[in-house]
Amino acid sequence: MSGFFKSSIGRKYAMALSAFFLMFFLLQHLAINLLSVFSANAFNEASHFMGTFWAVQYVLQPVLIFGVIYHFVMGFILEIKNRNARAVKYAKNNGAANSSWMSRNMIYSGLAILAFLVLHFIDFWLPEINTKYIQGDMSGLLADGEGFRYYEELTHKFVSPIRVGAYIIAFVFLSLHLQHGFNSAFQSVGAPVGRKKVMKNIGKAYAILVPLGFVLIALYHHFNH
Amino acid sequence: MNLTLKIWRQADANDKGKMVDYKVTEISEHMSFLEMMDVLNEQLVNSGKEPVAFDHDCREGICGMCSMYINGEAHGPDRGVTTCQLHMRMFKDGDTITIEPFRAKAFPVIKDLVVDRSAFDRIQHAGGYISVNTSGNTQDANSIPISKHAADEAMDAATCIGCGACVASCKNASAMLFVGAKVSQYALLPQGQIEAADRVRNMVAQMDLEGFGNCTNTGACEVECPKGISLENIARMNRELLKANI
Repeated sequence: MSGFFKSSIGRKYAMALSAFFLMFFLLQHLAINLLSVFSANAFNEASHFMGTFWAVQYVLQPVLIFGVIYHFVMGFILEIKNRNARAVKYAKNNGAANSSWMSRNMIYSGLAILAFLVLHFIDFWLPEINTKYIQGDMSGLLADGEGFRYYEELTHKFVSPIRVGAYIIAFVFLSLHLQHGFNSAFQSVGAPVGRKKVMKNIGKAYAILVPLGFVLIALYHHFNH
Repeated sequence: MNLTLKIWRQADANDKGKMVDYKVTEISEHMSFLEMMDVLNEQLVNSGKEPVAFDHDCREGICGMCSMYINGEAHGPDRGVTTCQLHMRMFKDGDTITIEPFRAKAFPVIKDLVVDRSAFDRIQHAGGYISVNTSGNTQDANSIPISKHAADEAMDAATCIGCGACVASCKNASAMLFVGAKVSQYALLPQGQIEAADRVRNMVAQMDLEGFGNCTNTGACEVECPKGISLENIARMNRELLKANI
């Protein structure tokens, strides 16, 4: 089996499996963010649970970090290998005649997502790790001890129009990445999706609705706080 | 029609090569693209110049020899055709047409527009066949029941002529449509299933060894394939390789 993952097709499987995990993660992230629109309490409860439950913190979180790093590193390795497979470029190439812009530019949409993730880590993840594991405050409470801090922190972040603008741009790139990536992942694991319209439509819906959901939540908090 | 041609000229495998401009006049719209190239070459020979080297053989879309990357597409702008089946009516009077060889590290240029596609042969030798004892008591293939659906799919895969348009069109110079078709045409039939695991393992290993890129599912190969080989064949190859490794 180790030889399998060293082959070109094995690497496609590995990329697709990490993509499936990341797409599932995005869905649950969106579901929790959505709670913030309907109930500050529900959002606080869910965030506290995700932030303190051992299985999430010590099992799923490391898997997620590994999945993100693997997807990016393998994406870069494959891109370099693929570029090397054509040493002399065409003087004239009409890629638009046979493939979508999204499919030809996954590395660029991926790089934009990576840039956003770095910001997101600095914005959310590092302060969380600092509070919980360096300062040792696992209570999830505000400084004055009056209720949970998560909702306050979320709405505070979306006050800045620059941050919201960057957030929207990043999610446009995420949508472009997913518009090819969703069905590409299924094709890579051998699912015969090429001609199945239903799967293509599910992929398109996922690629548009999930990023749109994140953007609308950010805009909601921006204009309501 | 009168045309300007920008053609890749390269004396041999070691030459750096460059694009050279040519003019051709009074080209009939009923000519095939290769006939237009013949006119150019007659013109060059008559003026004592080296004709443009290009691959061709049957000139009826079966052999897969004619290649050429025309105006940024393998076999030119038409769909479901090889270069010999491409007609000059696809172009307009006064057009400038860019003609390049198929580009891939695994398809090195031999001369001008001729590339070495023997990497495909080596992949075929690695497993693109079935082993049959031909000692005299071979079973009649027609006596083995095969479903119509499987037979049709295997036949569709077998229509691949190994022209290399998939590699040329793929932004990664990947050969997975070709290998997928060759793996599929046997995997779908009972005669091919006995050696299926070794076949897919060996053919994929040879494909990787030849230096082709990896497939990122852009679908360009399927669009440019003169025989309409479907991406389903790549998905089937992926399944076959997983099955062979479990």
